[in-house]
Amino acid sequence: MSKDIIATIKENVIQGRKTQEDVGIDDSLAGTPGVVELVQQALDKNTSPQVIITEGLTAGMEVVGEKFSTKEYFIPDMLASAEAVGAAMDIMKPVLESANVETKGKFAIATVKGDIHDIGKNIVAILLKGAGYDVHDLGTDVPTEKVVGFVREERPGYLGLSALLTTTMIEMGVVIKALEESKLRSSVKVLIGGAAVSDEFAQEIGADAYCADAFAAVKVLDSYRQMG
Amino acid sequence: MPRAGILVDRPYERLTKEQVELIHQASMEILTAPGLISFNEEAANILHSHGAAVESIPGDRRSWQVKIPEQLILNALDNAPRTVKLGARNPDNTLIMQGDEPRVYLITGSETNIWLDVEFPTYVHKSDASREIRVPEFKPRRGTVEDLCQSAHVCEHLEMVDGYIRTVNIQDREITEENKDVNKFFASLNNNTKHFMSGLTSLKQLDNVVRMAELIVGGKKALEENPIISFITCLVKSPLQFVDDTTATFIEVCRRGLPVAVSSSPQAGTTAPIKEAGIMAQINAELLAGITLGQLVKPGTPVLYGSVPVRARMDTLGDSYGSVETSQYNIDCAQMARFYGIPNYSTSGVSDTKIPGQQSSIERLFSDIVVAMSGPQYLHCAFGLLDCNSVFCLLQAVLDDAHFKMIKFFLRQPRIDQPEMEAALKQIRAVVTTPQKLYISYIRPVLRSGEISGIYPFEGSGETDDVLELAYEQMKDLLARPVEHIDRETTARIFEEIPGILPRLNVYERES
Ligand code: B12
Repeated sequence: MSKDIIATIKENVIQGRKTQEDVGIDDSLAGTPGVVELVQQALDKNTSPQVIITEGLTAGMEVVGEKFSTKEYFIPDMLASAEAVGAAMDIMKPVLESANVETKGKFAIATVKGDIHDIGKNIVAILLKGAGYDVHDLGTDVPTEKVVGFVREERPGYLGLSALLTTTMIEMGVVIKALEESKLRSSVKVLIGGAAVSDEFAQEIGADAYCADAFAAVKVLDSYRQMG
Repeated sequence: MPRAGILVDRPYERLTKEQVELIHQASMEILTAPGLISFNEEAANILHSHGAAVESIPGDRRSWQVKIPEQLILNALDNAPRTVKLGARNPDNTLIMQGDEPRVYLITGSETNIWLDVEFPTYVHKSDASREIRVPEFKPRRGTVEDLCQSAHVCEHLEMVDGYIRTVNIQDREITEENKDVNKFFASLNNNTKHFMSGLTSLKQLDNVVRMAELIVGGKKALEENPIISFITCLVKSPLQFVDDTTATFIEVCRRGLPVAVSSSPQAGTTAPIKEAGIMAQINAELLAGITLGQLVKPGTPVLYGSVPVRARMDTLGDSYGSVETSQYNIDCAQMARFYGIPNYSTSGVSDTKIPGQQSSIERLFSDIVVAMSGPQYLHCAFGLLDCNSVFCLLQAVLDDAHFKMIKFFLRQPRIDQPEMEAALKQIRAVVTTPQKLYISYIRPVLRSGEISGIYPFEGSGETDDVLELAYEQMKDLLARPVEHIDRETTARIFEEIPGILPRLNVYERES
């Protein structure tokens, strides 16, 4: 029984159906429960959250990733699946915490001070949430103090900074300096991205990585986890 | 005498009268419910004092929900000038735009971070050293003030360029947020006598750049009559938000009565609905809100309906300016602006390609032709821009100029009237009675009158494709041709009165 429900969760992730109302890629599943409802059902039946995650959610996302790389899927498909997984993770959060299951880690993301571009930042946030990270979006035009304050209080393992203007990319360096001055720099890996920045620039300001897109962000974070 | 531009006789329109009305009505409804969110307090206050319903939105960033009644918008549309004059250092380069006249002016821009250098090194055939070819090599690097001067210089000499928006973002070490504006304005104005439009990096510099323009034309009054500079402010963040800092800039520009393009750039699929009806209703609402604010700040402020709609790419959610829909939205917007009688700022020619060549020319021509056909008055047509407007290459600008000459010719009005037809009949009757039955002798009277389209200027000889090399030669010729700089005395005054301009931009100091 639980095996069926896990397979259905995976199928719904592939279809990008967060809830019952969502149509999906085609309408073959229309009207049936979506990922959120199914995950709740599975939890109610005491299915192991570990199994839900690995065999349902992550397995589904892997298929989505393959379909994206063969150009069968487009970004909107990818985001729909990621959002479905993200919503499922929200439901499971209390269960995971009480069972002491570790999440992939806390990721804070912000568009730096003076910059209001957020399409790219939002995509990164959705995708990382879908990849199982605990994402905290601090918004756009975020003052350095707010970023540092968040790192101090919430202790995220990862911090993402986005900037699209040559006039605001320098703020990223300012944030990193401020983290150093507050003795917080070593506690957090800093990823940067956006049209204005580059690998070179990341090195110049002492960021840990530059990511050309959201997929690169997932890869980089996963690689940090593998390194431990 | 203003510049002629391209007068499109009967503009290509996609929307029926009913569809135009439907969009207009939907925009009015959007502006009353939900209205828009202003992150700028002054804008909210101004709209409130004229009858808009304004409510503060709780949250850590101050913002206001603003509902603009229809009558307020209609009044503003009545106040907005139907004719907008954009002046120029050389009065022959003046642009006169009438909201109801589809006369297209072609404009460069906009700022790219990367400048693409071109070289033509010679390669020798491996097995036959007597055979050589020259192959273009492109090298990207960050743009500088000198690049901006060069770009302004070449664009001065490009015949089809009617006005100048700077093509490259200046990123020299000495350039800071404080001195960027004065340097970009001076570098552009000093190397180009056409109209100059720009965004502003720092509002604090507004009075300095306005003062610079006043010094050039001879005072406040003279600048009013001959506004050689204008501004573009992207005060809208789609969907339906007024951004704090750009809105502040917009308000200050309006106060000074200088022409300003109210721009909004929704992306269908991400920041606007993916379907045409939705993005059109939204962008129109956003622009009308901006225009209304401008007219409330100062009735009669010359504004452009600055529509920059674009469709999202499905593989990255970046902009897909080359998509067919993007051209369709632009054409629809030109029609909406004409419906309101306000000159339209539009976009064409943006390409995804990374270097000049066939692909880039083909990609841009598609939108250049169709959008020009719709008759927007101020067409930002991406002269020289590559890689989704992130790279500028002078060589491509030279190619674009040649292509626009062809488009201009194509858009000429048909020359068919009674006297023409009578002359034609006479010719036909005469020629058919001759032994050769050829019309060749009738060519010469029109051969040099501009009535026959020219040869493609970069046509190669024989089997080789020499387009890029020939364009490169022309680019060097244009750079070697002098430009009329701002005179010595005015330059001295500008450097005296306006702080922050790099001393090396003073051509007279350099000489001595
Ligand atoms: C859309 C857009 C806008 C919209 C923003 C809407 C929004 N909700 O974000 C609007 C119209 C509001 C806007 C405003 C302005 N813009 Co703008 N904008 C763009 C545009 C066209 C596309 C950006 C975008 O959304 N791309 C799509 C997303 C999916 O891609 P992305 O952001 O690059 O993100 C991806 C990656 O970079 C990466 N990534 C991004 N961030 C991060 C962070 C992390 C941690 C990681 C891991 C990865 C990552 O992953 C993302 C997903 O794959 C760019 C052009 C460009 N080439 O980028 C100009 C551009 C960035 N803007 C530009 C300018 C000048 C402005 C304005 C100053 C204009 C003005 N004069 O008013 C204002 C700025 C206001 C401000 N204070 O910020 C210039 C900047 C030039 C410069 N000086 O550097 C650009 C380059 C356009 C140009 N060529 O002129 N803009």
